Amino acid sequence: MTTVQDLVNRLNLTTFCLPDGGRGITGGCYCGDLLSWVMGRAPAGGIWLTIMSNVNVAAVAALTDLSCVILTEDVAPDAALLQKAQAQGVNLLGTPLSTYDCAVCLSRLLQAQA
Amino acid sequence: MEGYFFDFHIHSCLSPCGSEDMTPANLAGMCALAGYDIVALTDHNTVGNCAAFCEASAKYGLLALPGMELTTLEEVHVVCLFPDLERAQAFGELVRLRLPPVENDPRFFGPQLLLDSRDQLLGEETALLAGATDIGVYEAAALVRRYGGVAYPAHIDRTSFSVLSNLGFWDPAMGFSLAELSPRCPPELCQRPDLAGLRFVTGCDAHYLDQIPDPHQVMELPERTPQAALRWLFF
Repeated sequence: MTTVQDLVNRLNLTTFCLPDGGRGITGGCYCGDLLSWVMGRAPAGGIWLTIMSNVNVAAVAALTDLSCVILTEDVAPDAALLQKAQAQGVNLLGTPLSTYDCAVCLSRLLQAQA
Repeated sequence: MEGYFFDFHIHSCLSPCGSEDMTPANLAGMCALAGYDIVALTDHNTVGNCAAFCEASAKYGLLALPGMELTTLEEVHVVCLFPDLERAQAFGELVRLRLPPVENDPRFFGPQLLLDSRDQLLGEETALLAGATDIGVYEAAALVRRYGGVAYPAHIDRTSFSVLSNLGFWDPAMGFSLAELSPRCPPELCQRPDLAGLRFVTGCDAHYLDQIPDPHQVMELPERTPQAALRWLFF
């Protein structure tokens, strides 16, 4: 099974916070920036791609039990988000790719390893 | 006419992201000590601590407006201020019906504490206040006006929960007469063509006691009443 650490290695992701790199990707991928939408729709064990860097990103990721969050477009977490991600054990990663390009790469990677 | 120091964007411990030290009496005391004349409590999607805050403020000779920071459907934050508790509470009941039926899990978003004016715990709000209502940003101004209040988008310069970041530009058709800037707003933002002619206020958006700044904004009013303050904002 593909792990979060595999994603980091293969896509050269920035690791803002990686408490559980061995976590398996079990829920596909969800793209979205409105937290209220993500909360009810992102699949548990999945990857969430967003440009949102607000502190509530960590709460939503923990609540929905995501395997990791990837901040796209070179977005960096603010201090409050980083702190909350560390406190709640959320894998928080980053990439310069756009959300679409990152999703395409993830799709190829996950299909190749399926 | 007299000048009054004001700030209309402050959170209490009822906001899931607000510090537990932000109790109504602590807040009123801090605002009075800092030298404010008129303040407002604006928790996320609730007015639950407003009665306590207004009462605690009165003890310090501070005028407090009941308010709320509404999260619209588009996740735009809008400051809503009301002339009295009765209408604020009526608006609060409407907002409750328009929040998603999801309970707050304090482990993820934090506790939502309801207190009285002496900081005695009354209970915890169970609805998830960190969610978004189904009230659209084009609907908010007129809706709040029906309750005798004034609404304006919060921290429009920020990269999250702001009308400019989420919708891209300022549309006068939203019906807001002014906009709020965060304390760290770069001055050049106000030069944007879509913001020409718009009035601004600054809101400290304090979630922690040490985030309440020294007063720096003044409103000139004929009398220090909620009605006069709301009229100043609206015109």
